[in-house]
Amino acid sequence: MDAAKYLLNFLIFPGFLFTAVVGLLATWVDRKVTARVHWRVGPPWYQPFADTVKLLGKEIVVPAGAKSTGFLVAPLVGLAAATLASTILWMANLYPTASFVGDSIVVFYIMTIPAISMIIGASASGNPLGILGAAREMKLLTAYELPLVIAMLTTVYKAHSFSFAAILDYQAHHGVMLGSFSGVIAFIVAIFCAQAKCTMLPFDIPEAETELAGGSHIEYSGAPLAVVRLNMGIMFFVVPVFIITMLWGGVSLEGWRILTTILKYVAIITIMVLIKNTNPRVRIDQAMRFFWGPMLILSIIAMILAVLGY
Amino acid sequence: MSLALKALKKSPWVFHVNTGACNNCDIEILDALTPRFDVERFGIVLVGSIRHADVLLISGPVTRNVLPRLKRLYEAAPKPVKVIVVGACGCRCGIFRDGYNIIGPADKFIPVDAYVPGCPPKPETIIAGVVKVLGTL
Repeated sequence: MDAAKYLLNFLIFPGFLFTAVVGLLATWVDRKVTARVHWRVGPPWYQPFADTVKLLGKEIVVPAGAKSTGFLVAPLVGLAAATLASTILWMANLYPTASFVGDSIVVFYIMTIPAISMIIGASASGNPLGILGAAREMKLLTAYELPLVIAMLTTVYKAHSFSFAAILDYQAHHGVMLGSFSGVIAFIVAIFCAQAKCTMLPFDIPEAETELAGGSHIEYSGAPLAVVRLNMGIMFFVVPVFIITMLWGGVSLEGWRILTTILKYVAIITIMVLIKNTNPRVRIDQAMRFFWGPMLILSIIAMILAVLGY
Repeated sequence: MSLALKALKKSPWVFHVNTGACNNCDIEILDALTPRFDVERFGIVLVGSIRHADVLLISGPVTRNVLPRLKRLYEAAPKPVKVIVVGACGCRCGIFRDGYNIIGPADKFIPVDAYVPGCPPKPETIIAGVVKVLGTL
């Protein structure tokens, strides 16, 4: 009985179906806001769905030099991981009893698996540009994880717990983290790290459409490409929700709080899209220097402020 | 009509192939993708990798050097794929027909679905060509 319930949670709500639909809608918001910044009209709301259905109907090409198992399985591993992260996150938000000790750590490390699956898939594709993309993805992963961990530790230090339920409970009683100095600094660090986690400009170095012609997903076509794009859409949904949970009082679907939830989410993705549209791509060494320099120092300052009680 | 084909009409991703054009048609193709014409309204996006392509936009006559690449590009594209030739040279070799390195228009080597004549064709004409090809699906 429990197993059936968990499976339902994973597949329908708040798992795969819900996450995929909202994730694809979020990529439409991204494209629409980008179009408005360019003074264009932009695509209709069903565009990401049309793209996905079209890709599912196309031929799947496996390059001659590719290791087909790793090449085809990697996107599915990433999809499963992204969906699982979203499921745990939403279950903890909607039903505090579903939260368990250390679930924030679990979600944090599951959220790195889509990036690792892209590294595996690109390395298996046998394309030199794909392998270059994989190498860059690996460097970017090592760059942004450390500041993000320390930024999130500020919340954990204040709430004295690693579980989402305790973190949300702390924020319900003492005000949201974003209302404190340490929370604001952690939020700034988290936004930049989310930018890199979703591989959006200025940190879309692994994909680099104009330079690597798609980079880590250059060789994907048809259904696997649809899964890769779905992955990116889901990450674009999960990462902001993770930041909202840790720093901005969490999400909810009850009564009028559904409105504030949507507002919080749209605010974060609008900030991310505006950063994306006003910055050129940086080189990988500049990105690493940025994350290990200013961002790491900022996150440590946030941590010190949290310890001092601000 | 199947759902996948219906979706293909709503999101044709374009891959741009220059088989030896004088760059005039290429400038017009890029014009068609600028905010003024905003083809993303119809889901048309320029992609960087041939594996993502639904439409090959070929400009220029085929030269001896580029022929093997053109054939391999056509084979590498996941089917169904549509081919559109842009410009007078792409259609019938134009003013380059007597060139020592020209071996013929693209339709001699790969199946072509639409021709957009002009030297160079206007962006409006290119968009009209793409729309006509999508109408045949």
